[in-house]
Amino acid sequence: MKHVSILALLIALVSTGLVVVFQNAHLTPTVAATQALAVDDLFKLEFSIAAVILSICLVTLVYSIIVFRRRADDEGDGPPIHGHTFLEAIWTLIPLAIVVALAIYGALVLADITRAASSQPELEVKVSASQWSWRFEYPQYGIATSQLELPVNGPVVFKLHGTDVIHSFWVPEWRIKMDAVPGMETVLRITPTKVGKYKLLCAELCGLGHAFMEAPVAVVEEADFLNWVKAQPK
Amino acid sequence: MTILFSLGIVRGIIWGLASGGVAAGIVMAIRSGLGLPMWSPGPVTGVAALVGTLGFLTGLGAFNYWLEWALGRQKEEHHADQPRWRRYFGFDTNHKTIAIQYMVTSFLVIVVAGIYQLIDRLEVSAPGMQYISPGTYNSLMSLHGIMMLGAVLLGVSGMINYLVPLMIGARDMAFPHLNALSYWVTPPAVLLLLVSLPAGGFDTGWTAYPPLSARAPLGMQFMLLAFYLVGWSSILGSINFLTTIFKMRAPGMGLFRMPIFVWTALSTAILQLIFTQFIAMAFLMVLLERLLGLVFFAPDKGGNVILFQHLFWFYSHPAVYIFVLPGLGVISEVLPVFARKPLFGYAAVALSSLGIAGGGAVVWGHHMFAAGIEDVLRVPFMITTLLVAVPTGVKIFSWLATLWMGKIRLDTPLLFALTAIVVFLVGGITGVPNGIVPTDLHIHDTYWVVAHFHHTLFGGFVFPTMAAVYFWFPKLTGRFLNERVGKLHWAVMTVGFFITYLPMFWLGLNGMRRRIADYDPTLGLGPMNMVATIGGFLIALAMLLFFINLVVSLWRGAPAPANPWRSQTLEWQLSSPPPDENFSAPPRVVGPPYGYGTPGSIHAVVAPAGGTANKGA
Ligand SMILES: [Cu+2]
Ligand SMILES: [Cu+2]
Repeated sequence: MKHVSILALLIALVSTGLVVVFQNAHLTPTVAATQALAVDDLFKLEFSIAAVILSICLVTLVYSIIVFRRRADDEGDGPPIHGHTFLEAIWTLIPLAIVVALAIYGALVLADITRAASSQPELEVKVSASQWSWRFEYPQYGIATSQLELPVNGPVVFKLHGTDVIHSFWVPEWRIKMDAVPGMETVLRITPTKVGKYKLLCAELCGLGHAFMEAPVAVVEEADFLNWVKAQPK
Repeated sequence: MTILFSLGIVRGIIWGLASGGVAAGIVMAIRSGLGLPMWSPGPVTGVAALVGTLGFLTGLGAFNYWLEWALGRQKEEHHADQPRWRRYFGFDTNHKTIAIQYMVTSFLVIVVAGIYQLIDRLEVSAPGMQYISPGTYNSLMSLHGIMMLGAVLLGVSGMINYLVPLMIGARDMAFPHLNALSYWVTPPAVLLLLVSLPAGGFDTGWTAYPPLSARAPLGMQFMLLAFYLVGWSSILGSINFLTTIFKMRAPGMGLFRMPIFVWTALSTAILQLIFTQFIAMAFLMVLLERLLGLVFFAPDKGGNVILFQHLFWFYSHPAVYIFVLPGLGVISEVLPVFARKPLFGYAAVALSSLGIAGGGAVVWGHHMFAAGIEDVLRVPFMITTLLVAVPTGVKIFSWLATLWMGKIRLDTPLLFALTAIVVFLVGGITGVPNGIVPTDLHIHDTYWVVAHFHHTLFGGFVFPTMAAVYFWFPKLTGRFLNERVGKLHWAVMTVGFFITYLPMFWLGLNGMRRRIADYDPTLGLGPMNMVATIGGFLIALAMLLFFINLVVSLWRGAPAPANPWRSQTLEWQLSSPPPDENFSAPPRVVGPPYGYGTPGSIHAVVAPAGGTANKGA
């Protein structure tokens, strides 16, 4: 029992430490969309659970190889422990409960980040991805451009498609990505929350120029956006 | 010269080249007869490669046994009189020979594929294109992926081939000729993969998604054909493994007395038998689309792009468990011996392999959360994916409980097994954010995924294979590997691994996409990439130490007794190396495989060479 108490104490210490580190280290990029906020909350929970499980296993492992190391002259065997039904049930059922809870929470967040905003009309942007460039069409304004300009705090629905091979639409600050697939239309909803300049990256290998398939993204105040729209050729 | 020509492999190569050349000529003749331009690289090289493979196998003598049988002229085989080294270069049906052929081929492919990626790692260690072109980068990266996976399949087959018959007390595999055939279709596959690069390479990654793969350079076709052959090897091999495990066990070897490695081999074989056909079919469909213009996936002609991804991942996710389960079995073998304790929760660990295999069969959609699959499919795949964590957790917790209160000897095999546990654990934990849809939509197709699956493959295959080599090398050769070099190899490899792959988690979270030859300098990704590159070279250094240790120890390693680790499983009750026929009489299995700590507990009674296990029984 002495070993178990020391181990429990060490695990408690190490996992607390790791959780604190994971919560405070800035592991993800700037949050620049409402969707990114929801995703980051989920990340934080996943990292904390990971920290605890990692601590349990690592501390047990290191403790064992230090404390239960064979003495040089000892050729004997350890105790013939073949198993422990209660312990085995515990480490089957608790992880089961954790993953079920995570799956439910994950499903709720997914519903949240894919739902259309009901309060405001959505700005529609049709995105065509081609080897190796992006094109953005704003049907509500009748313009098409090669850079993405959006008003801050307005919900946007992207309708994506690929014109040749599969590409993928990803702005890391917005977190969620979606493939642009030839022959079909995929949908991605983003509400940008932070004025600034970002970069759209193609995240699906699409051939020679894949690494360089970027497009500039600007999130601006509503008035600036309308001015920008006016300045675009129809 | 006559000695050279009597080697099966030399005859095979001559037959292969000749028949491939003739086939190419015939295709060109038919084409010009049809009024088509005579030379078209796709059809000509494709037919030549397939016919050449058949020619190679024929020249090698792979079909002789069946031919003789079909002609009613069965003859006794006699190869015992040839010198030992020669059997590795011909169609030898002994499972131990085949195992070594598999392992050596696997290591050769690993070296080539590793060098490919070192070149790429060097290229991305800083932003800007410095050494190679984006096209070369893509080809090397794609080949690295597919060749490493091929090497893992070969390595897994090698380990299973060597260990399963010995561990269950059998004289050989159930179908020795089929076994040799399974191995010998792989050298042509390896050759095709090597040819792929000079034939233009391909830029699709190992995943070969159309429409990109339908329009990739000729190298693509070589890769598709090569993996098609490897698929044959997998399926034929799995039939053999399953039959052997179910039909060839020694008296008394009930299923729940089998060593855990045999359980993992069983789970692996089930997955291989059921799922390999799907990737073979998917790749064949791309081939037909390329060669004959049939339409399966081409969106502009009514094909479905997503269909390929379903077919592909229907195999390729279970394949992950084909790659790692035997390695996890190795960990379960090594721990009890070096902790001097029974494996904790034997039945649960044994069944967890089947649980992982069964669960892993229904999770393929998690690779497609961002691919545009129906929304209603994403949540069920998330749930099944997360559930696989449960049997995986059972394994890890049982290993830790095996170490607890043990009398631990930190020899090289255990050191590698311990690193494997930690690495696989990190691989498992970091898979969770990939399994949960919203977080996956951020990290999908980034370096996070690269780091995650390299953790699972190093933890489930590379480090366990190292543990296996240090553990069983004395059994294979009668000599020990050098323990000091082994510990150095372990230290460099463990440190190198974490330096390479831990930064990649951060890189992925912060905008480093997968499979990019270059990245934006403004993203601030340079320093971490440099760290990862340094780690990559440390891994290469460790591999160099490993190969030096292998070669030198083979030649002048300390002689090993039959059972240097005082293990109870069957293979250690034989001489080192074991006799050709393994057991002179079927051993009698009388107890559990890991009865450490119980005085007088033994797993099996093995007859001394020339005797019988139990006279009168
Ligand atoms: Cu791309
Ligand atoms: Cu998967």
